[in-house]
Amino acid sequence: MSIGQRLYQWWDSDFFYAFRTSPVAIVAFSVVMLLFGGALLAPLLSVMDPFDMAALNLMNGFTPPMQPNAFTGDTFLLGTDDQGRDLWSAILHGLRVSLFVGFSAVGLAMAIGISLGLLAGYLGGWVDALIMRVADVQVTFPSILIAMLIFGIARGLLPPEARNDFAIWVLILSIGLSEWVQFARTVRGTTMVEKEKEYVQAAQLLGLSRLQIMRRHILPNVMGPVLVIATITLALAIIAEATLSFLGVGAPPTQPSLGTLISIGQDFLFSGEWWILLFPALTLLALALSVNLLGDWLRDTLNPRLQ
Amino acid sequence: MPRNQIAAAILAAAVIAPLASAETLRWARSGDSLTLDPHAQNEGTTHTVAHQIYEPLLHRDMAGQIVPALATSWATVPGNPNVWRFTLREGVTFHGGEAFTADDVVFSIKRAKMESSDMKGLLTSVKDVRAVDDLTVDIETNGANPLLINNLTNLFIMDRGWSEANDSATPQDFAAGETSFAAANTNGTGAFQLVSRTPDERTVFKANPNYWGKGQFPLEVTEIIFTPIQSAATRVAALLSGEVDFVQDVPVQDLGRVDSADGLKVVKAAQNRVIFFGMNQGKADLETDSVEGANPFADRRVREAMNIAINREAIQKVVMRGQSDPTGVIMPPFVNGWTAELGAIPANDLNKAKSLMADAGYGDGFSVTLNCPNDRYINDEAICQAFVGMMGQIGITVNLDSKPKAQHFPTIQNQTTEFYMLGWGVPTFDSHYIFNFLVHSREGDRGPWNNTGYSNADVDSMIVSLESETDLAVRDATIGKIWNQVQQDIVYLPVHNQVLNWSMANNVAFDVQPEDQPHFKYLSFQ
Repeated sequence: MSIGQRLYQWWDSDFFYAFRTSPVAIVAFSVVMLLFGGALLAPLLSVMDPFDMAALNLMNGFTPPMQPNAFTGDTFLLGTDDQGRDLWSAILHGLRVSLFVGFSAVGLAMAIGISLGLLAGYLGGWVDALIMRVADVQVTFPSILIAMLIFGIARGLLPPEARNDFAIWVLILSIGLSEWVQFARTVRGTTMVEKEKEYVQAAQLLGLSRLQIMRRHILPNVMGPVLVIATITLALAIIAEATLSFLGVGAPPTQPSLGTLISIGQDFLFSGEWWILLFPALTLLALALSVNLLGDWLRDTLNPRLQ
Repeated sequence: MPRNQIAAAILAAAVIAPLASAETLRWARSGDSLTLDPHAQNEGTTHTVAHQIYEPLLHRDMAGQIVPALATSWATVPGNPNVWRFTLREGVTFHGGEAFTADDVVFSIKRAKMESSDMKGLLTSVKDVRAVDDLTVDIETNGANPLLINNLTNLFIMDRGWSEANDSATPQDFAAGETSFAAANTNGTGAFQLVSRTPDERTVFKANPNYWGKGQFPLEVTEIIFTPIQSAATRVAALLSGEVDFVQDVPVQDLGRVDSADGLKVVKAAQNRVIFFGMNQGKADLETDSVEGANPFADRRVREAMNIAINREAIQKVVMRGQSDPTGVIMPPFVNGWTAELGAIPANDLNKAKSLMADAGYGDGFSVTLNCPNDRYINDEAICQAFVGMMGQIGITVNLDSKPKAQHFPTIQNQTTEFYMLGWGVPTFDSHYIFNFLVHSREGDRGPWNNTGYSNADVDSMIVSLESETDLAVRDATIGKIWNQVQQDIVYLPVHNQVLNWSMANNVAFDVQPEDQPHFKYLSFQ
C-alpha cells in the first residue's frame, strides 16, 4: 500500500470522520496543539529565562502589559510580575511545568492503575478483593488531600536544599498516586469481560503464562477506555498541579508553574495589577477546558453504544 | 404608634447603635503570638498579645514614651547607683483575684533570668532582685546601669502562686518544642483577660472588670477578637468587607485601595525595626552550601560582595512601593548610637562585587540555602525572592526555604540555619540591646540571637562595659567604636527599616506605636 493510500484510508476512517465533522473537537484540538507548541518551543519564543533569578531586574517589577516601565523604560507584551519576570516567558515556561507534571502524573497513574486492574480482574479471588478494597478506601479521600499528604511527607524526608530540585518529582508522585483508582477500576471491569472470551481461553489452552496473556492478549483490548480516562485525568492532573502550587505546596516560586503564577497574582488583585493573575489564569482555563472537551469527544467517539 | 414615639425609637436606636458596635474590636494581622508564656519568646507579636493580658513594671505608651504600669515610680537609691528602687502600685489584683505584691515581681524577674527564658538577654546586668516590703522592690545591677528601665518595658509580671501551682515556675523552652500550662493559659493584671484561644485561628479577650486603670485610660473596648490571617489578599478583603476593624499590616500594594475605601483609613509612621540577613561566618564548613571543606561566608570579601550586590533602592521602590527606609546598618534611627554616616546605604556595585568574589576564589560562585519567614515582616518572602535574584547576579545560587515564623525562628535559636532573614525591633531604644542579642558571642545569657558565629573578644568586653558605664559621653563613644567594628566586619547585611501602616475603621482613634505594639486600653471610638 502506498503512503497516499494509507493517508486516504486514515482520512476516510470512522474515527477521523468523526473528528472532521465535530467543530468542538477541531477547536479543542487546535488550542491544545497551540499550547503544546508554545510549551515545547518556550526557550525559543520567550524573551528571557524566567527561572534564572539572576537575569531578573527587580526594577522591572509590576510593569503593565504593552506599557513602558516607569524606571527602566522596558516594555513587555503581557507585563511583568512582582519580581520583574516577563509574564509571556513565565507563562510559556509555566505551561511546560504544568504539562510535564500532568503527563508524567497520568503516566504514573496509568502504570499503577493498569497493572493493578489487570491483576485484580484476571486473577480474581483475594487479590481482587485486596486491590479493590484499597481502591475503595482511597476513593473516599479527595485526591487533593492525598496529594497534600504525600507532599507533606516528602517535604519532611527531603533535606531543605534538595526540596526545590525535587518539588516537581514530588508533585508528579503525589498526583500520580492519587489518580490511579479510576484506571484500576475500568481495567478490572474490562478484563473480567475479556477473560471469558474464546481468544483468551485459546491462549490458556496453548499453555501461555498468565503474565503473557494479560500483557499480549487482554491489555490491547482494554486500551480504548483507558485512553479516554487518561485524557480526562490529564485535565484533572493539570488542575491538581495548579491547585497544589496555588496553595504553596507545589512548584517553588523560583520555578513557577501556572498555579504558582496565579497564586502570586492573587496578592495583587486589590491593588489593580490584574495582568499578573489574568493571563496565567486564562492560559490554565484554555488548557484544562480543551483537554476536557477533547476527552469528552474521544469518549463519545470510541463508545459505540453512544452512536 | 404615635409619631413622637417613632421619633424617640429612631433616636434611641441612633444613640445605642454606635455604642453597641463600639464594644468589640476585631483585629487581624499576618501572624499569631507564638506562645502565651510571657518570658518564652522575645518576639513582637507575642509581646503584643501579652501586653493586653500581662503588664510590666513600666512600658512604652502609644507615643513611645516610658510610662508607669505596675510600678508607680522608680529611681536609683541615693548613694548607691547600683540599686534601682521601684514603688509598686497599690490595690492591683490578678485576673484570678490574687493580690499583686513585691513577691510576684521578684519571682517574675528571676523567672525571666532562667536558662529557658528568651528575655534573659535583657537582664544580663541584673545581679539580684529583692523585696524591701510588700510594695517596694530593689533591683541590684553589676555596676551602675543608668539605662536599666529601658530593658524592662516588655518584662511581664506573673503571679507567683498561680505559676507555681500550675508547674509554670520555669519558662517554657520554646525552641526545644516544649509546651506548658502557662503557654496556653494566662493570669495577668492587664486591661484584658483571655477568654479563649485556638493558636493560628482566633484569640478572644474581654475587658478586665477590676482593672486598676479605670478612669485613667479610655478602656472603650470591651472585647477583642484577634484573627491571624496569613494571606495578604484575604486580610485586605476582610478589612474592605468590614469583617475586621483593625489590620496592623496591610500589604504595601493595597494601601491606596484601603485608604480610598469608604469608612477606612491608613495611619503611617516609621517603625523602630530593621530588616536584615544574617549568615554563619564562624563555622569551618557550611552544611547547606556547595563548597566542601570551607565556609565562603567566613571570607570578608564574600560578605562585602553580597552587601554591595543588594540593590536596596530597587527593593524599596518595587517590593515595598516606597514604604521603607533603606539602611546600611542594623539599627533604626530611633536608637541611641545611630548616625547618618552609619545608616548610609552601601552603593550597589555589581562589577566590584564580582571582582571581590573572584578574589575570594569564588569566581564561579557557589550555592547555599536561605531560610526566610513568610508571615512576620512586611513582604518578607518577596524581599527574600528579590534578594535571591541579586545574589544570583554575583554567582551565588540561593535555594529559598520560606516558612511561617513559628518554624523559622527556632532555626535561628537552635543554630540550624546558616543563612537567614531576621528583623529586629529595639524596645530599649539603645544600641546595647542590639549588641547584646545579635553581636556578642553566643555564650551564657548573651548573644542568644547571634547565629552568625561572629565572636570578637574586644567587642564582647566593650558590650559588657556599656552596662555599667555611668558617663554617658564615654558610653556613647564605646557604642560608636563597637558599631565601627561591626560595620568593618560586615557581620550582617542590612536591608531597610520598616514603615508601619495601621489600617482601621474611620471611627477608631488610635495612634501608630513606633514599636508596632498596639495597647488597646488606649483605643477609643469616635
